[in-house]
Amino acid sequence: MLSFILRRLVQSLLVLFVMSLLVFAGVYAIGNPVDILINPQADQAEIARATAALGLDLPLWRQYWNFLAGAVSGDLGRSFVSNAPALHLILERMPATLELALTATLIAVVLGIPLGLWAGLRPDTAVGRLIMGGSIIGFSLPSFWVGVMLIMVFSVELGWLPPTGRGETVTVMGIQLSILTWDGLRHIAMPAFNLALFELALLIRLTRAGTREALGQDYVRFARAKGVPMPRVLRVHVLKNILIPIVTVVGVEFGSVIAFAVVTETIFAWPGMGKLLIDSISVLDRPVIVAYLLIVVLLFVLINLIVDLAYTALDPRVRLAGRSA
Amino acid sequence: MAAGFARDRIAVAALAVLILVLLSAVFAPVVTPQNPYDLAQLDILDSKLPPGAKSLDGKSYWLGTDEQGRDMLSAILYGLRISLGVAVLATVAALAIGMAIGLLAGYAGGWTDGLVMRLVDLQLSFPAILIALVLLAVTGPGVDKIVIALIAVQWAYYARTVRGIVLVEKGKEYVEAARCLAFGNARILFRHILPNCLPPLTVVATVQVAHAIALEATLSFLGLGVPITSPSLGLLIANGFVHLLSGKYWISFFPGVALLITIVAINLIGDQLRDILNPRLGSHYGA
Repeated sequence: MLSFILRRLVQSLLVLFVMSLLVFAGVYAIGNPVDILINPQADQAEIARATAALGLDLPLWRQYWNFLAGAVSGDLGRSFVSNAPALHLILERMPATLELALTATLIAVVLGIPLGLWAGLRPDTAVGRLIMGGSIIGFSLPSFWVGVMLIMVFSVELGWLPPTGRGETVTVMGIQLSILTWDGLRHIAMPAFNLALFELALLIRLTRAGTREALGQDYVRFARAKGVPMPRVLRVHVLKNILIPIVTVVGVEFGSVIAFAVVTETIFAWPGMGKLLIDSISVLDRPVIVAYLLIVVLLFVLINLIVDLAYTALDPRVRLAGRSA
Repeated sequence: MAAGFARDRIAVAALAVLILVLLSAVFAPVVTPQNPYDLAQLDILDSKLPPGAKSLDGKSYWLGTDEQGRDMLSAILYGLRISLGVAVLATVAALAIGMAIGLLAGYAGGWTDGLVMRLVDLQLSFPAILIALVLLAVTGPGVDKIVIALIAVQWAYYARTVRGIVLVEKGKEYVEAARCLAFGNARILFRHILPNCLPPLTVVATVQVAHAIALEATLSFLGLGVPITSPSLGLLIANGFVHLLSGKYWISFFPGVALLITIVAINLIGDQLRDILNPRLGSHYGA
């Protein structure tokens, strides 16, 4: 077990290193930020001074080395635009994104598993079909358009929910949270639901398929034959067995939810790090783009690691030695 | 049985819808009331008219107009051309590249296979949208850039599918027989093994086209995709989003409906193809 954890950790570090190289090389290939930042009337000397001040006159490998040395000590450079530390800008916005992503995941789990169970237990009823049809649409709907339509219906037509922002927040242990105030809840409802849609559809399908498979198994038929009441069969025999793939998917999908928050945050002007990324791309604010990407890669590597470890804890049948990923 | 038949009918209907969508996209210049990008045909006085409104010279705008007085129906059909064109081009290219890499990895085995599959695993552990965002952040927007981003996102699915099949097929007797006849590797790969990869590849490609359309629309909506001079459906929705809060819903709404119809039709056909060809594919999600 210990050697597995160590091997996974080394792998994770390797992935981080490769990604930092790719991200750096890639991002630093985009246009010259000096052109955007400096007054167009500036003379050659001024341009040279600005380039030197930003460290852009050094050879690329030196820039990477400075960047890597900085990154290890938690310094990912300063934003070209606001001159604030890039890492600080990202971390400042991270709680908003995590709050949105966690709320979305919660919505997907709380709605998806019961709906999937229902559809799996009664696949040929009208409701069962409706749930499955809904999940197909959930897969097919471009979710950014759903966001636009949610604003149209609930903000413009009905006027029930505010279209943008986080609303009133409460500070809990130094972190601003929207979900604890009524105003904040009204603000987070639409973006969280929008972000949850895809995972919701996924969980419905997964739970339904798992339920249908479990119902045909001998242990379920035996439990029913000996007179175990249906709710108990569901809870103890069915749900317990289908929970392993569900936990895995929820874990793995959490990374996707964070990545997709970029879109949701842009639509609802949710002040998270995804919106910061899009804003930074449009002004070529390289340090912020690099910082965002590295933080997200780090999050991903951590999530994958945790899911792998949780998987082994949940399912003793998983033979670690056979797993290469 | 009844369920199977109903499913069939749905798939047939989806196919009919998709053919209609394709035809109207291909023949957009012929069937649309105006060329939405010929400024001479636009009348700024017709700006932001609601669906069904009539212009001063009597023609009807069935789906309304945008802020430049552009007929939305025409803009949507032209947008479909770009959305579909970008997605299909990227999918075909990714299919070719992924297939070649998958064939190579599966057939060669050893360290080639190891290297390729590590790369595939690494890439598939990140969501497609993130990879596309990174690439477009690097390259900047543009039709060619987004095609490249979509290829980069998709190739791994094909490589993985093909490699899996090659591994199974290359141990079978007919391949051994072909080897005994001293056929070259190329001939065995392309004439004997490749045909077995085609059915599952068709399914993967169908699903991926739908993903590519949705992803392109999302990226264009964020302003990272196609340029304003050749707007796809995603960019049309983004343009309309500005006017949404003033109640002018149709500029965003109808392009989205067109997008939805196209993607649902392709997904339904993909589901049906999967049932018919029944390859044991893992589900893959992304976009």
